[in-house]
Amino acid sequence: MSFKHKHLLSVAPLSADEIMLILETADSFKEVSGREIKKVPALRGKTVVNLFFEPSTRTRTSFELAAKRLSADVINFSPSNSSVVKGETLLDTARNIEAMQADIIVLRHPAAGAAETLARGVKSSVINAGDGWHEHPTQALLDLYTLREKKRNFNGLRVAIVGDVAHSRVARSNIHALTKVGAEVRVVGPRTMMPFGIERLGVRMYDNLDEGLRGVDVIMMLRLQLERQGRALYPTIREYSRLYGLTAERLKLAEAGALVMHPGPINRGVEIAPDVADSFSSVILDQVTNGVAVRMGILYLLSGANQ
Amino acid sequence: MTTRAANEKLIMDASEVSRALTRIAHEILERNKGTRELALVGIRTGGVHLAHRLAKRIQEIEHAKVPIGELDITLYRDDLSLRKEQPILKTTHVPFNIADLKVVLVDDVLFTGRTIRAAMDGLIDLGRPAEIQLAVLVDRGHRQLPIKATYIGKNIPTAGDEVVQVFLEEDGEEDRVVTRQGLQNS
Amino acid sequence: MTILIKGGQVVDPGRVNGPADVLIENGKVTAVGQKLKAPADATVVDAAGRGVMPGFIDLHVHFREPGFEYKETIQSGTAAAVAGGFTSVCCMPNTSPVNDNQSITEFILEKARAAGNANVFPVGAITKGSEGKELAEIGDLRRAGCVAISDDGLPVMNSLVMRRAMEYAIAFDVPVVDHCEDLHLSEGGCMNEGFVSTQLGLPGVPAAAEDVMVARNLALAELTGARLHLAHLSTAGSVRMVRDAKSRGIKVTAEACPHHFMLTEEAVCGYNTHAKINPPLRTWADVQAIKDGLRDGTIDVIATDHAPHATQEKQQEFAAAPNGIVGLETAWPLTLTLVEEGVLSLEAAVAKLTTEPARAFSLQKGTLAPGADADVAIADLRESWEVDPARFRSKSRNTPFAGWKVKGRIRTTIVGGRVVYETP
Repeated sequence: MSFKHKHLLSVAPLSADEIMLILETADSFKEVSGREIKKVPALRGKTVVNLFFEPSTRTRTSFELAAKRLSADVINFSPSNSSVVKGETLLDTARNIEAMQADIIVLRHPAAGAAETLARGVKSSVINAGDGWHEHPTQALLDLYTLREKKRNFNGLRVAIVGDVAHSRVARSNIHALTKVGAEVRVVGPRTMMPFGIERLGVRMYDNLDEGLRGVDVIMMLRLQLERQGRALYPTIREYSRLYGLTAERLKLAEAGALVMHPGPINRGVEIAPDVADSFSSVILDQVTNGVAVRMGILYLLSGANQ
Repeated sequence: MTTRAANEKLIMDASEVSRALTRIAHEILERNKGTRELALVGIRTGGVHLAHRLAKRIQEIEHAKVPIGELDITLYRDDLSLRKEQPILKTTHVPFNIADLKVVLVDDVLFTGRTIRAAMDGLIDLGRPAEIQLAVLVDRGHRQLPIKATYIGKNIPTAGDEVVQVFLEEDGEEDRVVTRQGLQNS
Repeated sequence: MTILIKGGQVVDPGRVNGPADVLIENGKVTAVGQKLKAPADATVVDAAGRGVMPGFIDLHVHFREPGFEYKETIQSGTAAAVAGGFTSVCCMPNTSPVNDNQSITEFILEKARAAGNANVFPVGAITKGSEGKELAEIGDLRRAGCVAISDDGLPVMNSLVMRRAMEYAIAFDVPVVDHCEDLHLSEGGCMNEGFVSTQLGLPGVPAAAEDVMVARNLALAELTGARLHLAHLSTAGSVRMVRDAKSRGIKVTAEACPHHFMLTEEAVCGYNTHAKINPPLRTWADVQAIKDGLRDGTIDVIATDHAPHATQEKQQEFAAAPNGIVGLETAWPLTLTLVEEGVLSLEAAVAKLTTEPARAFSLQKGTLAPGADADVAIADLRESWEVDPARFRSKSRNTPFAGWKVKGRIRTTIVGGRVVYETP
C-alpha cells in the first residue's frame, strides 16, 4: 500500500485503504507532536505555500504548524479581494507563487473546483483546504482521525450530520469519507438545506431531528451560516434553533456516550445549547491537535519528488 | 516452514546468532558497569527484535530491567526528497525520557552508516542522551559516513552488490544471517 | 459572376431532394435542375458526392461588437459563420452598448457589409439597456434593420413589461425572443441543479427556472397574440409546454442548440468551464425530450447560441468563468448526428437550419428557389474529421467538442453568388 496521488483535492476519489493509510501516517506525527522537540526534518528544503482567498485563521494556522513541524519553509499568502477583482485570475496568482518554487500549495478558495482548476495549471502538489461548497478533505480526515481515537471501529458506526448540508463542504467530505470506511450516515435538516439527490451518496435523509438522532453513535453539528438568514433557507434563528438545535434532552435519543462534534466555531444557543457545547469541548481541543497531525501526514505523503 | 534460496550463503546459524548476542550483552554490561542509566533503542524493524533479546539476556545476567524503545528513522532519511512515493511510516515509541541516559542503538546490519546517522538525529530530537552507543549483529563494511559500531556480533567482508539478510524467529524464520549475490541492500 | 454547382445532391427542404445542378447568376439562383448547361463565363463547382443546400441561418449568435472585440468581431464572427455553412446570422443585442437604438443597429450592419462574409440580421433589445424596465424604440430598430427583439441573456423578469413588449411588437410584426430564466430561481447558479451539482458543490439552476418562464411567456403570447420565439430550450418541461401551446394555435416558435442535444450535465465534471452554458446542460431525460421536440416539430429551429469568450476568461474557476461556447463551426456535423441516429431525416435536419429559421424571423432566405438570393452551403455528409479549435475562424476557442471525431464537413459557402469560403 502506498499513496499514489499527487494532489489532495477531494475525499471522493480516495479508497478506504488510502484513507486508513493517511490516518495511520498521522499516528506517527501525533507521536512527534507529543515530543519536547516537535519537529522532524522530513520536508527540509521544501516550500509550502498557504494560499488563502478566504480568511480562516484556524485552518491556515494548522497547516502552517504542520508544515513547520516537518521543517518545510512556509509562506502565507492571502490575496486581497481587490487584486482578484482587478482581474488577476487564480491561475495568474498561482503561477506567480509557483515561481517561488513552491512544492505544495494549500488552497482555500470560495469557488467550488478552484483546487482542481489550480492543480491542472501548476506543477506543484495542491491540497484543497476548502473550495466553496464542494469539499474540505483535511477537515473530514481529521474528524475521522478523532472518531477513530474515540470509537475505534468505523464499521456500522451510526453518524448523524445535522444542519445546512447543501452549503457545507465539511458535510460533503465527511459523507464521502464516512461511507467509504463503512459508517452509516444520516443527514438531518430541512429540505431547504438538502442538496438534490443527496441520498445517492449513500446517506439517509431526515427532516426531523429527533428521528435522525435516535440510536446514533456520533453527532456532527454543522455551523449555521447566520448570514443566510433572509435567503429563505429557514425563517428565523429562533425557529431553526427550536427545530434543529442540539439540546441535552435530544442528546438522550442518541446512544449512551454518543460523541458530539462540530467543525467550529460554534454558534452557542443556536445549533448547540450552551450546556451541550461545554460538555464536549474536550473533543474540539482534540480535533485541533489531531488536525496538525493529520495535515503533517498529508504533507508528508504528498511530498515525494515531483517529476 | 523456512525456505532458503539456492544462492544463499549461510554466514551465521541460530547458535552463532545466540552466542553473539550473549557476548554483546556482556560487553554492554562491562562497558557501562551494569545497567544504571542504560537504555536500549532498536531501529525499526530489524533492530527492535534484537533490542528485546539483548534486554532479556541483560536481565538474565544482571537481574535488572533495561528500558527499551523503538525508533522509526524514516522521517530522518536523507533520500526523502529524491523519492517519488514516500515510504510508509511506522511509529517511534520511546516511552521514557532519554535525557542523560546511555543509549545503546541496536540494528541488525551496519552498512553505509546512513541509517545510523538518521537514527542519531532522531534520537537527539527526543532529548539529550549522555552517550550513544551502537550495537549491530553484523558489520558488512562499505561505510559512506564516519560511523563505527561499539558492539559487533560478526564482521563480514562483502562485495558492494551483495545482500546481507538477517532472519529472526520473531518474524517466523529460523535465526540466521545469510548473504546473497545480486540486489543491493536497501 | 456565374457559378454552376454540378453533380451534387440538392437538399432544399420542401422543394428539391435529390441530384441536381444549381445555376447562380448575378447573385441569384436562376435554375435548379438536371444536367444544366454551364454558360460560357461560368465557374463550375464540382459537388459530386456532396450536399448542396440553402446557406444555413443561425437565429442566435453573439458577435461581441461593439464592446468586446477581444472575444469576437463582426468580421471574425461572420468568417466563422461561413466556415460553418451559415450564410445568415442573427446577432443578439447584448453588446456594449446594447443594441437598443438605431445607431448601434446601423453600426452593426455597416461592419457586416465591410466584412463581406455572411448576411447579418441584428436582433434589437426589448428594453432600454436590456434593463427590463422601459421599452426600447422598437419601431426605429425595426426600420433600421432589426429582425426580432430580445433581451437575451437578461430575461425580462417583469411580466407587465413583457406583455407590453409583445403587444407593441405586433405593429411591426417582429417576433419577441426570450431567454427563459427566472432569475430568482437561478440566482447564483452555474450549472444544472441535479446530482452532479450536488457532487461538485456547485450552485445549481433548476429546470423549473426555465419552465416557469416558458409558461409565463406562452400565457402572454396567448393573451396578446404576438409572435413569440423561445431561445435555446433545454428542459423536458419546456418542450412539453411548447408542444401543447402549438397544438392550441399559439404563435410560438422554438429553437434548440446542438450542445443541448449532444451533452448532459456530466460534461461539467472536473469543473470543465467549456461545459458552462446558460441555460445549462441538463440531464439525459432532457436531451431525449429535446430530440423528441425536434423530431415532432415542437422545436422548429437549430441555433448555435455562438458565445465566444477569451481563453483566460474560461480558465477561471468554474463559478467565475462566463457562460457560453462557440458553435458556428461545429453545428453542421453535430446536426448530422441527429440524422445518423434517426431523429431527423436529412431534409428535416436541413430545414431546421434553413427554411424553419427563415420562417420564424420572416427572412427572405433559406431556399434555393429560382430568384432567391444565391446563399448556398456545399457540404460533405460523411467525411470524418477532428474538431481542432486552433483552426477555428472565430477569435475564441471555447468549445466542449475539442478533439471530437465528427462526420460531415462544410466544403464551399456561397453568399449572394460569391464564394466566401472553401475548405482549405
